[in-house]
Amino acid sequence: MSKTITLMKRELAGYFATPVAYVFMVIFLLLCGILTFYLGDFYENGQADLQAFFTWHPWLYLFLIPAISMRLWAEERKSGTIELLMTLPVSLAQAVSAKFLAAWIFAGLALALTFPFWITVNLLGDPDNGVILASYIGSFLMAGGFLAIGACISASTKNQVIAFVISVTLSFLFILAGFPAVLNFFKPWVGQAVVDAISSLSFLTHFSAITKGVIDLRDLVFFGSLIGCFLFANATLIELKKAD
Amino acid sequence: MIEIQHLSKRFGLFTAVDDISFQVDKGTVLGFLGPNGAGKSTTMKMITGFLSPTTGKVTVCGHDVQEDAIAAKEVMGYLPEGAPLYPDMTPRGFLGFIAELRGVKGDRRARIEEVVAKVNLQSVLDVPIETLSKGYKRRVGLAQAILHDPAVLVLDEPTDGLDPNQKHEVRALIRSMARDKVVVLSTHILEEVEALCTRTIIIANGKLVVDCTPAQLAAKSRYHNAVSLTIPRAQRERVEKSLNGMAQVASLEFGRADDSRVTLIAFPRPGASLVADIGGKARDERWEIDELHVEPGRLDEVFRTLTGFGSVAAN
Repeated sequence: MSKTITLMKRELAGYFATPVAYVFMVIFLLLCGILTFYLGDFYENGQADLQAFFTWHPWLYLFLIPAISMRLWAEERKSGTIELLMTLPVSLAQAVSAKFLAAWIFAGLALALTFPFWITVNLLGDPDNGVILASYIGSFLMAGGFLAIGACISASTKNQVIAFVISVTLSFLFILAGFPAVLNFFKPWVGQAVVDAISSLSFLTHFSAITKGVIDLRDLVFFGSLIGCFLFANATLIELKKAD
Repeated sequence: MIEIQHLSKRFGLFTAVDDISFQVDKGTVLGFLGPNGAGKSTTMKMITGFLSPTTGKVTVCGHDVQEDAIAAKEVMGYLPEGAPLYPDMTPRGFLGFIAELRGVKGDRRARIEEVVAKVNLQSVLDVPIETLSKGYKRRVGLAQAILHDPAVLVLDEPTDGLDPNQKHEVRALIRSMARDKVVVLSTHILEEVEALCTRTIIIANGKLVVDCTPAQLAAKSRYHNAVSLTIPRAQRERVEKSLNGMAQVASLEFGRADDSRVTLIAFPRPGASLVADIGGKARDERWEIDELHVEPGRLDEVFRTLTGFGSVAAN
C-alpha cells in the first residue's frame, strides 16, 4: 500500500512539474463556464439547479480526460522508464492502480475547482444541494470510467497521439450507446436483451440517472466494474507487451 | 548468487537468447560481451525480471525471478540500457522516490548524500534531469541502481556515453563495490573487460560462446605468446632471415612500420616460448632493438573470431 502511495505521489507531482496541470485546469474551468452560461442558458432557465452545468460533463470529459490519460503508459514506453518501473520492487497491480489513482485525483481536483458554480447557484436561489452533491459524485465516477478506458489504451502504444485518438473514439462509443438513434439502429436485427445490454453500457444513461439525485447501487456497480475491467485489461496489456 | 538455467527468449520466430546457463558467485564482476543484437540486453532484462523467459529459470540470491519477483527485485540494482529516467524530476527528487520505493533503511537523506558523493552529482542535484548532459544522466542512473546497496548489481553499458575521465571514475566505483557483491555488466569496450572484469561471457546470436577469465580469453588469441620486436629498417632483412631460421618460430608477420623502423611479430610453434631464444639471438648477433615484448593476446581479435566476424586463428 505504501508503495502505491509513493508511486501515486510521484505521478501526481509529475502533473504539476510541467504546465500540463495548469493548462488542463484552466481550459476545463473555462469550457465549463462557457458551456454552462452561454450554451446551457444557465440564467435563462430560471431554475436553481446545476443541470445546465453537469449536462456538458460527458462531452468535456470525452476530449479532456484522454488528454490526461494518453501519457500514463505511452510516455513510460517511449522513454524506456517502464523498464525502470517494472524492475523496482513493485507489483504490476500497484503500478497500474497508482497511475490511475493519481490521474483520478487530478481530475477530481479539477472538478472540485468548479465550486464557484455551486456558490453562484446558492447565492441566486435555493437549490437542492443533495442533488448537486450526487451529481458531483456521478461526474467524478464518470471521469474515473473515462480515465480507466484511456489508461488501458495508453498501455497498448508508445505513441501518445494514437492513445488520444483511440481513447476519444472508444469513449465516444460508450457515450453513444445510450442514444435512441443508436439503439434504434440495433433494434430491428438483435433482440431486446442485447439492446438493453448496449444501452446499459452507456455513460449517459448512468450519469443522468445519478444527476437526478438518486445514487442507485446499479450505477455505482456499473462505474466500479467498468473501471475494474479496464484496469485489469491495462495490467494484462503491460504484462504481455512490456518489451515492445 | 545468480543462477541461470537453460534460459531462452523468443520473440515470434526470432530467438534472441538460446539456451544459456551459467552461475555467478559473490565477488565476481562478470562482463557480458557480444556484438549488438547478440542477446546481452535481453538476458539482462530476464535476470532483472523485466522480461519473462520463454523457457528456463533465473534465481537471484535464492529467489526465483518469476515466482518470487518482488523479493528478487529487492536484492537487485539495475541500470537499464540508455539509463532511462523521469525527465521532469530532479536527481534529488528522483533518488528520494527510489529510496522510498526501495524501502532504504535508516537515514534516507544521509544515504542519498553518500551515493550522490560517490557518483559526483552534488552540483546538479536540483536541476531537472531533462536538462542534464548524457554523462550526468548516466550517473543518476547508476546512483539509482546502487542506492539500496544491492547484493546483485546489473549494469547495461554503464560507461556508454561517458568521457574517459568519467569512465575511469565509474570503473573505480564498480571495482570498489565489487568485493561483496555480484556485478554483471555489459559492454562493447574490450579494454573495460580487462580493466574491470574477473570473468567474461561472450554471447553471439543468442548463444553463450565463451565463459572464462579475461586472461584466458586473451590466451585464445593467436597473438598470445607471440614476440613483437621493433628494429631499424636497415636491419630488417638480417633479422628476418635469422628469425626464419629458428626452429621454434612458426611464422613471421609485419606489424606497424614507419620511415626508420619496422615491427616484426614472430609466432611460436604450439607450446613453445620464444622470448628467451630471440633475446639470446639478438645479443649474439648484436641486433639494435628498440622494443621487444611478449604479446599477451589481443581481445579484439578473439572477439571477432568468436563472434564470427574474423578469420579462425592460425594456431
